[in-house]
Amino acid sequence: MSVLLQAERVSKHFPGARFGNPGTVALDPMSLAIDSARPAITAVVGESGSGKTTLARVLLGLVAPTGGRVLYRGEDLTTLDGEARQSFRRDVQAVFQDPYEVYNPFYRVDHVLTTPVRKFRLARSKAAERDLIATALRSVGLRPEEILGRYPHQLSGGQRQRIMVARAVLIRPKLIVADEPVSMVDASLRATILGSLARLNQEMGISIIYITHDLATAYQVSHNLLVMYRAAVVEAGDAERIVQAPQHPYTQLLISAIPQADTNRVWLDTNREAAGAADPAGCRFAPRCPRADAACAAAPPLLRVAPDRAVACFRAPDGTVLRELGEVLAGHDGVSQEG
Amino acid sequence: MNRLRTAPPVNVNPQRLFPRPGLRMMAATRRENNVTHPQTPRAEVLRVQGLRVAFDHPLGLVRAVDDVAFALRAGERLGLAGESGSGKSTMALAILRMIKPPGRIDGGRVFFDGQDITDLGIEEMRRLRLAGIAMVPQGSMNSLNPVLRIGAQIADALRDHDVPPAEHAARIAELLPQVGLKPEVAHSYPHELSGGMKQRACIAIAICLKPKVIIADEPTSALDVVVQRQVMQTLAEVQRTLGAAVILVGHDMGLMAQFVDRLGVMYAGRLVELAPIADIITRPRHPYTQALISSLPSLERRAPMLGIPGLAPLLRDLPPGCAFHPRCAACFDRCRTEKPAVRQVAAEAWVACHLAETPP
Repeated sequence: MSVLLQAERVSKHFPGARFGNPGTVALDPMSLAIDSARPAITAVVGESGSGKTTLARVLLGLVAPTGGRVLYRGEDLTTLDGEARQSFRRDVQAVFQDPYEVYNPFYRVDHVLTTPVRKFRLARSKAAERDLIATALRSVGLRPEEILGRYPHQLSGGQRQRIMVARAVLIRPKLIVADEPVSMVDASLRATILGSLARLNQEMGISIIYITHDLATAYQVSHNLLVMYRAAVVEAGDAERIVQAPQHPYTQLLISAIPQADTNRVWLDTNREAAGAADPAGCRFAPRCPRADAACAAAPPLLRVAPDRAVACFRAPDGTVLRELGEVLAGHDGVSQEG
Repeated sequence: MNRLRTAPPVNVNPQRLFPRPGLRMMAATRRENNVTHPQTPRAEVLRVQGLRVAFDHPLGLVRAVDDVAFALRAGERLGLAGESGSGKSTMALAILRMIKPPGRIDGGRVFFDGQDITDLGIEEMRRLRLAGIAMVPQGSMNSLNPVLRIGAQIADALRDHDVPPAEHAARIAELLPQVGLKPEVAHSYPHELSGGMKQRACIAIAICLKPKVIIADEPTSALDVVVQRQVMQTLAEVQRTLGAAVILVGHDMGLMAQFVDRLGVMYAGRLVELAPIADIITRPRHPYTQALISSLPSLERRAPMLGIPGLAPLLRDLPPGCAFHPRCAACFDRCRTEKPAVRQVAAEAWVACHLAETPP
């Protein structure tokens, strides 16, 4: 077992700016281990404000957790020394949401590709560098001659986002954290970008954490799903099983709300949802939950209800308390990990 | 940027400067593209005929909307789908005559309630907007004024259309619950509201004068699915109460399938298919429509996700023949040279594809 990145009960709380403002809990304590020997695509799904981006930023070391810690090969991210930090920066790569914001408009797009090559000394000569970059661009379906030498504004959003994926390929990381990589590109291009991420996982054995609000694309490309609601994971496990038989009422709501190309399906819900304030001590979904009762005044623990499934709901079957999310997540060979 | 400023005056005829076969072809086929729709039992509330929008560009004429024709019936929900740059939003703006220079409407007519509104004066058109045809803009975050309370913004619209100020408060108190907001929201600033609430506030503004047509331009593109469904539910409810027709502009074929009655698919400024939604979803006739539908990720089963190969064409440099031919799997010789005309292929279906001419 070679744990690349391990989150141990990490949590994040953003304090309020004024007296009396309790601040925002962005992430409840959660544990997740990412094993580089068993690379998988794990999608983190949830609505805006559910804490999925905070989770990504904590894993990337961009935000220091308020509680718990993130270990990179056994060392705390916040205290990595120079060499280990360099290696972390190489092994864990990010693809961000906005393909417009990540580029410096004054540099040609080549800049984002040559910088890592030089920084990590990936090529010995200019010619080798060019080859390396060209190969990386081709692997995401771009033609180098159409891309190199251009400025960001000369390329489409889809092309720019694919260059970011190509950049990740170039570095050959062990893990890519992709935060909403396709939410700003056209539906027709989504498939191409997600396809290149899936290929990286299959062909290069790169683990991928795919953060998204779109459960349908998450289901299409990922092996595992983590469904988040208001800072906590409410359901985790095998993507196929969760989508075909969701057990948490929030997952069920999420799936029913996805519009599908089926004109016979009744999609618009006629009863308007009552949205009250959630009791901080209880289940956060209770005010919106059709099945909530007195028991829901307490916070439901995340229970492992099947070898590859964990649910945080009192209405779910009984199970054992899950210590770490990786226990119910499968590697891409499809074998679930021992607890 | 500099080049734009020092560009020659825009009255230079770009066709003379850039004689390209594509443009001449457009001119040649224009007449036959003006499809007339049959009279239907439900009254027509809006009819668009041969609508054309052009943008003057130093490198040539950009034809953003090319010969679009359709009719909207009272109480109907019509979808307009297409990729970014297909001209769907531009067309929505053109109906309202809100195209700004360097863009201009350079052809076609728009009828509202049987009246030709194409040559309406500026003041008359201003009155018609909101009162007759209202728009729910894309990205409500940017269309609300951040320094005005919601109530004041609705009052602005009412005042502009001569509703006596004494009635404003009562109208606002009546409007907000209609879109699922509490009346207190009138006192909130936009930043105090969630994305879904802001979009509802925009719907409230759009319906404040009980329009007959609501044009919703990607009203839910920035919202997550659960909120999206609530907002669409609200839109459906107010539409039913007002008996208004809705034009939903968007790119999500799933949303179209669940919401609209008829769907028009736009590609490179042209309406390439128009048919009842069930018909389009089960039997798309245009290869582009087929590609749009199959690029939608399914929740039923996992399958390799299919994108649409290639990129949307540059509007100022369209390929000759059918604009979709370089990306089309079913392309044959005729597609490369001859632009397909919009043809009626069934009682309710129009399509612009050479393949659809000979029924299989």
